[in-house]
Amino acid sequence: MSALRTTSRLIASSKPLFRPAAFARSYATVDALSQDPTPSEQPRTKTFHVYRWNPDQPTEKPKMQTYSLDLNKTGPMMLDALIRIKNEMDPTLTFRRSCREGICGSCAMNIDGVNTLACLCRIPTDTSKESRIYPLPHTYVVKDLVPDLTYFYKQYKSIKPYLQRETKTEDGLEYRQSPEERKKLDGLYECILCACCSTSCPSYWWNSEEYLGPAILLQSYRWLADSRDEKTAERKAALDNSMSVYRCHTILNCSRTCPKGLNPARAIAEIKKMMASH
Amino acid sequence: MISQKVAQQSLRRLAVQQPYALRWSLMNSASPAAVALGRNIQTRQAATSSNSSDPSKILAQQRLVRPVSPHLTIYRPQITWIGSSIHRITGLMLSGGLYVYASAYLASPLLGWDLGSASAVAAFAALPVLAKVALKATMAMPFTYHCMNGVRHLIWDTGAGLTNAQVIKSGWTVVGLSTISALLLAFL
Repeated sequence: MSALRTTSRLIASSKPLFRPAAFARSYATVDALSQDPTPSEQPRTKTFHVYRWNPDQPTEKPKMQTYSLDLNKTGPMMLDALIRIKNEMDPTLTFRRSCREGICGSCAMNIDGVNTLACLCRIPTDTSKESRIYPLPHTYVVKDLVPDLTYFYKQYKSIKPYLQRETKTEDGLEYRQSPEERKKLDGLYECILCACCSTSCPSYWWNSEEYLGPAILLQSYRWLADSRDEKTAERKAALDNSMSVYRCHTILNCSRTCPKGLNPARAIAEIKKMMASH
Repeated sequence: MISQKVAQQSLRRLAVQQPYALRWSLMNSASPAAVALGRNIQTRQAATSSNSSDPSKILAQQRLVRPVSPHLTIYRPQITWIGSSIHRITGLMLSGGLYVYASAYLASPLLGWDLGSASAVAAFAALPVLAKVALKATMAMPFTYHCMNGVRHLIWDTGAGLTNAQVIKSGWTVVGLSTISALLLAFL
């Protein structure tokens, strides 16, 4: 694999016409050429403790494995560090990643005690402090940093996350909204369902079977607040029980941890208000 | 070359002897017409042995042994959830204390205990000053914290004060105010 990459990089550099150097993909390893012109001499070694569990040896307990990286040779983000560990030190390390720019939500994990996206989380430059990386809290572990989110997605499906509407508009054209109505969806539609908030919620830890959790409730509110949706009453009726919404005890870890800066707690508060007022 | 010729010849022979068979066999290959008529049958000659183990079974077996990732022990202490857990613990202490005392008071005539306020005052007066202050502080602190944090919860229920900055600020305000007021109550 690494051999393939080096050759592709060689090709990229030898044919600048077809592939300008600016577009040559650099992996997590920053090579000498693209490194800043004045690299500091002494290595800045940072220690990472990473949660490991291998399904092929299920009887072995999960353990923390320690890796040391020179930050001078590593990209700025936690995901860069993980990719570099996987590429250069330990190819068995398993984690999800895709877009590396905080829009896919794949690399959600618990870094230094807080749920966040590894690609949006800077490596703390203080090398005296060691970083600890765990999978999303209180989830079933598939392998290493990969959590089983099957149930989370099922819960998402259960709230019918799509526009439900029977009637057509008068002119038969698209369902229009006023700017004010559209504005209600700001801060809701940006959610990427990375599950950081839900798995930061102690209430969701203890009741994930029945409590929907902040991420799904934010999505629930996204459809409740949509002026074009006509099934508001049905949506509210589906939430009208002691578990779905009311296991939220306003702990507020969700809003604190959201890597996209959204506010699931506010959405849940709005749901509770809607449920109470009608 | 020879094999091609042989194939051609056998096809021709087939066409002469069984014209329908050839037409059907041609139609059965996935030509657009065959697809449209639903007559295409895909056959695959490659020897892929059917996997005897069902993938969903593997998944089910894995789920039995999967660990749950660590949670309370590794999550960073933050004013949000630590404050909330203290709110719950103090609530349990206060209501539990009330229930225990009230039921003991109800049962006291039967058990011959003297739990009236006069005896409580007398017992408390006999304690040294330091113990008095410490006891009062440990009684007052849960009350003041739970009370003030309760107001915070009521404000949240209106949908206000839910941004991160506001939550952190109000959280530490409650911690500070409840400590000060508990100390004031303790030295009363």
